Amino acid sequence: MQQLDILPSERIYKALDDENTQFVLDDPLENTMVLNMGPQHPATHGVLRLVIRLDGETVIGCIPDLGYLHRGYEKIAEASTYHEFIPHTDRLDYLSTMANNVAYVLAVEKLIGIEVPRRAQFIRVICAELARLTSHFVWLGTMAMDVGAITVLLWCFREREKIQDIQDVLTGVRFTTSFTRVGGLAQDMSDEVLKMIREYFDSFTQSIEECEKLLLKNRIFIDRCENVGVISAADAIRYGVTGPILRATGVHHDLRKDQPYLVYNELEFDVPTEKEGDTLARFYVRLQEMKESIRILRQCVEKIPSGAIHTDNPKKVLPRKEQVYSKMEELIHDFMLINFGINPPVGEVYSAIESSKGELGFYIVSNGGGHPWRLKIRSPSFCNLQSMPVMIKGNMISDVVAIIGSVDPVMGEADK
Amino acid sequence: MLTSEQLIATLTTNFSSALIAQSDFRNELTCIIKKEFLLPVCTFLRDDAELQFDSLRDITAVDYLGFEETSGASYNHDTNIPHRSSYEYDERFQIVYNLYSFKNNFRLRLKILLNDGEHVLTVSTVWQAANWYERETYDMFGIQFDEHPDLRRMYLPEEFEYHPLRKEFPLMGIPGSLPLPRH
Repeated sequence: MQQLDILPSERIYKALDDENTQFVLDDPLENTMVLNMGPQHPATHGVLRLVIRLDGETVIGCIPDLGYLHRGYEKIAEASTYHEFIPHTDRLDYLSTMANNVAYVLAVEKLIGIEVPRRAQFIRVICAELARLTSHFVWLGTMAMDVGAITVLLWCFREREKIQDIQDVLTGVRFTTSFTRVGGLAQDMSDEVLKMIREYFDSFTQSIEECEKLLLKNRIFIDRCENVGVISAADAIRYGVTGPILRATGVHHDLRKDQPYLVYNELEFDVPTEKEGDTLARFYVRLQEMKESIRILRQCVEKIPSGAIHTDNPKKVLPRKEQVYSKMEELIHDFMLINFGINPPVGEVYSAIESSKGELGFYIVSNGGGHPWRLKIRSPSFCNLQSMPVMIKGNMISDVVAIIGSVDPVMGEADK
Repeated sequence: MLTSEQLIATLTTNFSSALIAQSDFRNELTCIIKKEFLLPVCTFLRDDAELQFDSLRDITAVDYLGFEETSGASYNHDTNIPHRSSYEYDERFQIVYNLYSFKNNFRLRLKILLNDGEHVLTVSTVWQAANWYERETYDMFGIQFDEHPDLRRMYLPEEFEYHPLRKEFPLMGIPGSLPLPRH
């Protein structure tokens, strides 16, 4: 007996129905879709996973899922001496390794209560700014690539290679530098490095102009970035955002100015800010920051004094190798420092620097022993990622990659 | 400019019995407050027109299990500084809130004391940023934050039974504790 009130297609389904087979038909236009982005997605800059709920092409919900690169550095720190942890800091934000080295030893030195000589402070500023440049070059290249400009990526990596050549001569390593030591540096900076940095200034100006020519008046690039991923200043503060993302909302906050460390208070530089808080504003802020970094480097190269690079505190600072081999006292200190550690006083400190991503802080609790009792890394990528759902919600799915690029998370740091 | 003395004075006038201890080690102000005053004090610190601690930079916990036994290694050379540590509280954990005030350019470390198994109220109602920080603290220490909107593990898989930054968790890990993916 035929039923006339149902459609022919439904009759077919009905005929196929039995106790083992049932048809449930969803109208795809009536439903939202859940999309997994990452952790292996090339546009998510590492192992960031975003679970996105879509209504058509519009994102209506976004949940970041972290932990794919969690290596337990805070636990490792509790079992290693203060010196042993320095190489681990390289692996946090692996795009600006030297800034992490500087941030970590500044925290340990604050705990011990020592300060490095002026030459070492200048070299550390140079290290931190070179690290900021390498990191921002990767950001500029990958963000431009995410919105379709692949040339910029190749040019930026070419420029980054030049800075890594400087790092190579300065530290002996291109990438995982581990350059700083508690109370000093691994080695002194040679005049060759200064010469290389001076020569680099012209190359930088030229290359950044080339990149700007490709992007600044590029209709496609601006349309992809303008009014995309907007976050207000109030939201940014509420979500604990720091660094260029916060400055792109109009908040004038830079630890180099507000709570100066090293010799930043003697150097002249501006803190670029924008008001819009969108992807384009973050782009402008970082671009200006790179130029300011070059300005800082220029002053450092001129002002750097000669002198010692190690604090004269043999009980806390590792002696030079040639002295260890030739002098009794230094041999004893070296033995004690390596075997028992630095043994800072009982107490706790928090020390933060303005890294390329934002406020990178180390909170160290000491019980007087050779290992940190507790070491907490306040990583800017982690804290900035928390605000990402606010930026992404309401945008199109194709804008998500542009927003991730403009937030510039490094998962080594976010996952610890 | 806000000074530590002013801040302590403001806190004690408004919450006379909340403050347990304070310290100024290396010019960093640390205040330990009573657990039950956490939310009122946090709301006050954020909303007070003079203080305006509007940015919560970090939340973490410190496990003080065995703090005294392992301290005071054999290489104590500086006699001026107390090297033999003593932990004067009965509570095992301290929850550390790292606050920053844009207006005063001032950092404050707020702490509460917590026994093992005790719960604490979330401050994500005061600062949104606390959401992920508390999830991380829960993941690493197993500390329960009551009324948290979404208390899941931050880094480790949900199947994992342990909380690795507790002092009883071995550095080597526990064999078999992390099951292989099902697929």
